[in-house]
Amino acid sequence: MDTEASQAHDTERVREFEGFILEVDGVFVNFGGVKALQDVGFSVYEGEIFSIIGPNGAGKTSMLNVISGFYKASEGTIRFEGVDRTSASPEQVARMGFARTFQNIALFKGMSTLDNIMTGRIVKVKSNFLSEALYYPARDQEVAQREFVEGIIDFLEIQSIRKTPVGKLPYGLQKRVELGRALAMEPKILLLDEPMAGMNLEEKEDMARFVLDVNDEFGTTVVLIEHDMGVVMDISDHVVVLDHGERIAYGPPDEVRTNDDVIRAYLGEH
Amino acid sequence: MKLDPNLDTFPKLLFNRKQTTPDRPAIREKDFGIWQTWTWSQVVDEVKSLACGLAASGFRRGDKLAIIGDNRPRLYWGMAAAQSLGGIPVPLYQDSVAQEMEYVINHADIRFALVEDQEQVDKLLEISDRCPKLKYIFYDDPRGMRHYSIDNLESYDSLVQEGQKFESENPAYLEAEVNKGSTRDISVILYTSGTTGYPKGVILTYENILITVINSIDFDNLTEKEECMAYLPMAWVGDHIFSYAQSYVAGFCVSCPESGATVMHDMQEIGPTYFFSPPRIFENILTTVLVRMEDSSWIKRKMFDYFIRVSKRCGIQILQKESVGLLDRLLYLIGDILVYGPLKNTMGFSKVRIAYTAGEAIGPEIFEFFRSLGINVKQLYGQTEASVYITVQKDNDVQPDTCGIPFPGVDVRISETGEVQYKSPGVFQSYYKNPEATLETRTGDGWVFTGDAGYFDDAGHLKIIDRVKDVGRLNDGTLFAPKFLENKLKFFPQIREAVTFGDGEDHVSAFINIDLDAVSNWAERKNVAYASYQELAANPQVYEMIKNCIEQTNMDLSKDSEISGSQIKRFLILHKELDADDGELTRTRKVRRRIVLERYGSLVEALYSDVSNGHIENEVTFEDGRKGMMIADLEIQDAQVFDHMKKTG
Repeated sequence: MDTEASQAHDTERVREFEGFILEVDGVFVNFGGVKALQDVGFSVYEGEIFSIIGPNGAGKTSMLNVISGFYKASEGTIRFEGVDRTSASPEQVARMGFARTFQNIALFKGMSTLDNIMTGRIVKVKSNFLSEALYYPARDQEVAQREFVEGIIDFLEIQSIRKTPVGKLPYGLQKRVELGRALAMEPKILLLDEPMAGMNLEEKEDMARFVLDVNDEFGTTVVLIEHDMGVVMDISDHVVVLDHGERIAYGPPDEVRTNDDVIRAYLGEH
Repeated sequence: MKLDPNLDTFPKLLFNRKQTTPDRPAIREKDFGIWQTWTWSQVVDEVKSLACGLAASGFRRGDKLAIIGDNRPRLYWGMAAAQSLGGIPVPLYQDSVAQEMEYVINHADIRFALVEDQEQVDKLLEISDRCPKLKYIFYDDPRGMRHYSIDNLESYDSLVQEGQKFESENPAYLEAEVNKGSTRDISVILYTSGTTGYPKGVILTYENILITVINSIDFDNLTEKEECMAYLPMAWVGDHIFSYAQSYVAGFCVSCPESGATVMHDMQEIGPTYFFSPPRIFENILTTVLVRMEDSSWIKRKMFDYFIRVSKRCGIQILQKESVGLLDRLLYLIGDILVYGPLKNTMGFSKVRIAYTAGEAIGPEIFEFFRSLGINVKQLYGQTEASVYITVQKDNDVQPDTCGIPFPGVDVRISETGEVQYKSPGVFQSYYKNPEATLETRTGDGWVFTGDAGYFDDAGHLKIIDRVKDVGRLNDGTLFAPKFLENKLKFFPQIREAVTFGDGEDHVSAFINIDLDAVSNWAERKNVAYASYQELAANPQVYEMIKNCIEQTNMDLSKDSEISGSQIKRFLILHKELDADDGELTRTRKVRRRIVLERYGSLVEALYSDVSNGHIENEVTFEDGRKGMMIADLEIQDAQVFDHMKKTG
């Protein structure tokens, strides 16, 4: 992407950060004899947009699953805000402030957009069985959560599909609803698994804009996985490139773009 | 209702509402999924603070305030605030690109702009180098604006804060400014998009708008109880009159939808009593309804089909309070409970008392569909230069193909060339900084040339047929309006495109393009075999069908003495579709008459001789860009023409 616009963008987006929010160090993951990840390490600054890219089967989703606690690393450590959380469960990870979206969209198809996003508030609901059973506390809770969710609906410009069952929505919008549900958790780190896969150019640009806006408005750190290098290079502050479970490059997009190993991994050996 | 000399500007009317109807709702906006309402008293306070904020930034009498964005209460308040200070609001089309805005902003000498959001701010910043006069930009929605640190770029909220400070220091300032306003001051400048050349700024005074609006309120009995949606561009004169001017004078509440995509849903919640839209919106609603019916269950579909047939038979008569048989009346009543009522509710039309369609001709079938459901849709012919109203259909006196009778206070005449001209209290003062165009459009004694060709039918209703420059005459002097005839033909689903000839000839003749979808569907049902478009187009049964359509059109034309002579005598069906790749159509599917004449000259000749077929060879471009020759012999048929007769029934 060597257009004037993207160049202008690159120069704009050289940003300064302080302190790491997430540190991944020497992580190995094995499935039987298959080495999904081997000695992968990188650090994510607080407030940045960080991308994990690589060809198919490079281990990107495995990496994300390790971060979100679905997989356990057989070796290595993961530190969040300086604290070791390598062995935390997905539930604990979610409570810490991680939210994610899935490559194949994991929404409740029969529920409306609004209800789907409301489910993201579960981690924030501070109530118990008794208070939920009483009218006024339950209502106040519902009103407070709904207000927050309406803010997200407004932010993502999906007012027109508020009451539509998500199963009826086109793919691009479902992805947006999923992003909405992740945002409802008020995460410190947003993990996006191929948010732009299967989209046309316009939808990709829309999604890229929302990712930038989320990062900008809420200061949320974003870690995203992408197969397609184009858009990612434009919006990321730092990039790590995986191939066959190994880290082959790591740094700002401009350095990674020109790295020989990366070009080889994407274009094959000559 | 008369114009009150003490309430002769919009700010005066508005501030008076704080005394007369302080607690009635004035404007609503759906935000975060909830309708937020402001009463007149609250609106007055908002406008006061905003006006003082503008004054604190240096906005003075005669200054212009550009207003750019979707329909938002704050932008409407911006108009009132500018007017309170003796300034002039200039609403711009919010979807214009920056370059288009640049012209208007420079031409109108705009110093201040009130815009909706980041998108509009970015556009203005993009052209700010080339708009030296534009100094201040205020924005409503702060989203995404955090990192902008530019002088004189300020949020609405901080502007209002400054306004409140200014107000406490200068408590009498605003009232004095409002009282300086006179009814002959400029109220608004509306730029018309204009198909050629640069847009022109139409200057309307308070008097222009107020007298027109007062007449319209009397005409339609508008009260403070109306509900109305503000969803069409604020730069359009229709929105300015319906959502702003009429609301201030009549005191009714205007609702702003959540976003462009939610209009239909929001309408269902509000249930407007007063509605206006271009035909396109009615077409879209009808299409949505039909598509959803296709997907619904068998029994619903049957019910829908049956009761729509009933409503087609007697719905319009019932709406117009004409006599209808007892059985039909009963069936219609049942239909209303089972079908029409729920349907109207889904469309948001349950409470509509008056709906207008304007802007262009509406298809008669679409128009009658809505009327037969009991929705009082009427047509209106208007212009920015007239403060909208020129002619309008009266309740219970509505025909699908006319624009109605002259509006109260408007004189309409037809010139020798067939042009519609009018004179009214609403006639604009001039085009801003464009005396040549003003002279071309408006005579010294106030007659305005519309450029539209039309005539009054035998019942006194105005019919617009075409642009004057496109209208010709037959040798016997009969008016020949090609587009009017072609549109009539194109309303038949079987006809995709039509080209008519007749200027300087003895009679009218036509080329027809069949609609492949509609006709092939028909052929399948009738077991008519064909191998290609060309073969289908030449099929004698297809010819018979098209001939029927043309004769129906002729029958229709014969009802009007003015155009009875322009019935279509001879026609042929073209062997290929007119195509933009061959230059025969523009990319927006308008016929290029000159090129069609060039390419099909031999066929036109044949139409005006007495042969029964025409030979044609010409080059065509295929979809992949290859070219080839197409040779055909086409049959020419005569259609029956009818003598002029008075309309019956």
